[in-house]
Amino acid sequence: MPAHVPNAGLTRRDLLKRTGGLAALAALTAACGGNTGRPSSSGGGDGGAKVNLSQWYHQYGETGTQQAALKYAKAYTDANVAVQWTPGDYAAKLSSGLLSSKGPDVFESQFNIGMVKSNQVVALDDIMADVKDDFLPGDLATNTIDGKIYGIRMIIDPQVIYYRKSMLDKAGIKPPETVDDLIAAAKELTTNKVKGIFVGNDGGNAMGGPALWSSGGSYLTEDNKPGFTDPRAATAFGKLHELYASKSVLLGAPTDWWDPTAINQGLVAMQWIGMWAVPGMQKALGDDLGVIPFPKLDAEGKPAVYSGGWTQFVSAKSANVDAAKKFVKWLWLDKSEYQEDWSLNYGFHIPPRKSLAAKASKLQSGVAADTVKLNQDYGHTDNPAWTPKMGTAFTDMLTNVIKKGADPAAEIAKAEKTVNAELQRLFG
Amino acid sequence: MSAPAKTSADPAVTGEQRETRKRRHKGIAGNTLWFWVFVGPFVIGLLIFSYLPILWSLVLSFFEAYNTATPSKFVGLRNYVDMLTDHNFLSSLGTFTIFAVFIVPLTFALSLALALLVNQVKIARAFFRSVFFLPTACSYVVASLIWKLSIFNGVRFGLANTVLGWFGIDNIAWLSTVDPPWYWIPLVTVRLWLQLGFYMILFIAGLQRISPTLYEAAYVDGAKPGWQVFRYITLPQLRATSVAVLILNLIAAYQAFDEFYNLVGNVNYARPPLVYLYGISLGSIQDLGHGSAGALILAVIIMLVTLLQNRIFGLGKAGD
Repeated sequence: MPAHVPNAGLTRRDLLKRTGGLAALAALTAACGGNTGRPSSSGGGDGGAKVNLSQWYHQYGETGTQQAALKYAKAYTDANVAVQWTPGDYAAKLSSGLLSSKGPDVFESQFNIGMVKSNQVVALDDIMADVKDDFLPGDLATNTIDGKIYGIRMIIDPQVIYYRKSMLDKAGIKPPETVDDLIAAAKELTTNKVKGIFVGNDGGNAMGGPALWSSGGSYLTEDNKPGFTDPRAATAFGKLHELYASKSVLLGAPTDWWDPTAINQGLVAMQWIGMWAVPGMQKALGDDLGVIPFPKLDAEGKPAVYSGGWTQFVSAKSANVDAAKKFVKWLWLDKSEYQEDWSLNYGFHIPPRKSLAAKASKLQSGVAADTVKLNQDYGHTDNPAWTPKMGTAFTDMLTNVIKKGADPAAEIAKAEKTVNAELQRLFG
Repeated sequence: MSAPAKTSADPAVTGEQRETRKRRHKGIAGNTLWFWVFVGPFVIGLLIFSYLPILWSLVLSFFEAYNTATPSKFVGLRNYVDMLTDHNFLSSLGTFTIFAVFIVPLTFALSLALALLVNQVKIARAFFRSVFFLPTACSYVVASLIWKLSIFNGVRFGLANTVLGWFGIDNIAWLSTVDPPWYWIPLVTVRLWLQLGFYMILFIAGLQRISPTLYEAAYVDGAKPGWQVFRYITLPQLRATSVAVLILNLIAAYQAFDEFYNLVGNVNYARPPLVYLYGISLGSIQDLGHGSAGALILAVIIMLVTLLQNRIFGLGKAGD
């Protein structure tokens, strides 16, 4: 599942309690320790008694995932592991959980430098030392700051465009190779019952990164400067607006882009979505499924795939850091059968361990194999120096460009200002 | 209250009763005890969950506080300056203003109209009152989800689009279209549906307080039933209720969060102040310093507006 999970609601009263005083969170988490997913008795690390660990997950959409997570936790014998499965706004809940020691001992998330700066996570170099070479460089880099590895990649989720082969064939069009092809195809495929493509109810913010990469840009350059200020990037964002304004994108669907319902129900011919949804789409559509990366901007550009995913961390505030590390090593490095189960038996994800990915038979045929290949050729992982605040500025820029048709160059300049302020704060 | 309270409250204190002073003292002490027993838990709750956090928020607003509620880097007024020059925060205040411009007069007019209608019906009055009041019991989150997923979804099987389809009108992506800004329709209607009944009840109470003799006198004086009576009798008599409804409405609009958050999410074109502050301080950004500064700025604005309203309408005088 992607980082941007739909938010289940939050009541106004809850909100007032918190905004009335933000510190209430700390007080609440301290006072209401019962809801942390941690077993009621805590501590007791030595003297032979088993340590209690709390492990937090966001809610995966595929059936069976929660049972699997519970099964792994139960199978671990060196500590009592309590799993907290979190529907709704996982990011917000996790952030508040990490403010105090009542939060998780181990948790899944996406890495950014802020987590290190505010001492939320511990380095895992010691447990990673022996297996480092079994990970792809990008999956290590996305979790590394100043040469230290802070997280273990659990799953890789390539985000690409899946399409209905039959619909493209019927319209007599080939899979798009440039962004202009994509816009033309979306228009061509739109009828009064079917829209050309679904890129999310927000109009395509999820494709902002890939569009940027396809133009040759990046979020941040190697030396941590804004990498999205080139005129080509402005062109790429302008193309996203062109797609949105072509009236061939599905908007206001009951589910969002990370859920395959829209393409499965025949509401669209193409959809921006992750590989996790392949089993669900194959069940509904059979072999009528093809895949393309985000197409290149033009002859100079290069196609792009967002190589997202989830990473396991150990909380620096945990009372049992060593036990937590040991558990994380056991589950995400040693127990290959569980890693395989997690990656392949529910949604499809690429196992980050090269040794496992090589023998993942389910990913060696059909559209899944094609996706894996695209990820190898065109995959981009997150830059850990890109913080959520920069991400918000970038998303605001995309919203203004895509939906309001604002001038990309002017919007880029606004986002650049925020990003520079953040970079200044982080790197001086 | 207990019996001793009555004794001490008795105005006819005479010489004989002075002897019972001792007893009375004991009574007062008992009262004090019971006062604290009943009020104490709430005061403690208020202190811990409201006042302490507000104070702490004040502290946080002077610090750089990323991912922590116990910051160490003092930055003075920088967070306030940042927030007051942050175009997103300012535009969230703008969003709120647009929302208030829609919702406050609409709620006022429609709930008054409903109250007048329900007050007029001769049969099943209780039934109509309850029917219009019932939505108040529904949660904003639940209502938002119904609005988003079934009534105003953008595909052809959404309720609104199905109805438009009968007239040959194309599907409208209600929540995703910014030009024209269709998203205001779901946002405003969901709140209207939820709160009209409540304000209707306030108006009905107000209407029932108007003495029938006024209407009789107006009739004798030759006022035409309908607009004239409404304009010169009903409306002036409802002044107290009207002021209360306006103020409550405006404060409720300031607190708008649930329907925005659930219907359109944290998007920059329809983001009231609370959603924006939630995003920067409690979402993944966790910038509690700027969030606290923004929350306090908002609190000051609400206070000023309420005081100003008081000046204009005179809530204290409204009791007459």
